[in-house]
Amino acid sequence: MSDLPANKPRRWVIWLPLALFLGFVVLVMIGLFRPADRNVASALVGKPMPEFSLPPALPGRPGLDSKLLANGKPHLVNIFASWCVPCRVEAPQLAALAKAGVPIEGISVRDTTENLQAFLQQNGDPYQRIGADDDGQVQLALGSSGVPETYVIDGKGTIVYQHIGEIRPEHLGLLLDKLKEAGR
Amino acid sequence: MMRAAYSFVAGMVLALGLATGTPGMAQEERSTAPYAYRQLDDPAKEEQAQDLMETLRCLQCQGQSIADSDAPIAGSMRSLVRERIAAGEEPEAIRSWLIERYGDYVSYAPRITGLTWPLFAVPAVLVLLAFLLLRRRFGAKADEGGEA
Repeated sequence: MSDLPANKPRRWVIWLPLALFLGFVVLVMIGLFRPADRNVASALVGKPMPEFSLPPALPGRPGLDSKLLANGKPHLVNIFASWCVPCRVEAPQLAALAKAGVPIEGISVRDTTENLQAFLQQNGDPYQRIGADDDGQVQLALGSSGVPETYVIDGKGTIVYQHIGEIRPEHLGLLLDKLKEAGR
Repeated sequence: MMRAAYSFVAGMVLALGLATGTPGMAQEERSTAPYAYRQLDDPAKEEQAQDLMETLRCLQCQGQSIADSDAPIAGSMRSLVRERIAAGEEPEAIRSWLIERYGDYVSYAPRITGLTWPLFAVPAVLVLLAFLLLRRRFGAKADEGGEA
């Protein structure tokens, strides 16, 4: 008890743990109420496209080989599937891009020929080539975690941009900019 | 009133379905990858694969490991793990391959990085601090007792 006066000037110290705890609570609250971003972005952006070779998804149409992507021109690689509803939503935007002269290559994930044919009949076919990734292994190699996803590839075969989710009309400008940048 | 409530619920269900991309009208094909739903023949290798699969995150059902998830992409990931283990690849090399593509998020086993080191350092620092405080307190008491 004799050392109480010596402790007096440091009385504020006893509030320190409470202050630390409240700071921690605030931190947790911020994390809790911030809108969650559940997208898992590919870590391959800025790196070369992994090598792959996919068989044709449709009879009489070419499959997709990664070597074709490094032909000096920028490409879009669209990962899609007939069972994916957002892929229907983005179909008009892909059609507009194809009409603007953008080469679009498709990778159809875990799909069947009949379903794919019906899907393209209903929603249009903007693809130059469609590779069938029935085992989903090329999707994993590209660091893609869902459908639809769209990669912008430059003329040297480097991934310069990844768009996660469907392409809505407001995304077209950004994608065209990225393609223009990739073409430089 | 009932009707309004019903349509609200229906709207929520629809919104949820659209948001998670799992529509009721179309069925996603199961993974046709060879080892999505089949174990490896060698029990030792299957055990190795199982241990790794339990520490990898399903990218679609993000709270589950690929060993627990029935999402088709988890099937594709299981097959990738089993095929590579069967080919003699080390489990940690497979984990690194996935982290290279998806970032640390895909792994449930945290690595020490510039961002995560405090997670490992803070408990050690707290234990040290507690040890010092306790020693001061009890050490002082012992001294008092000795003097008295």
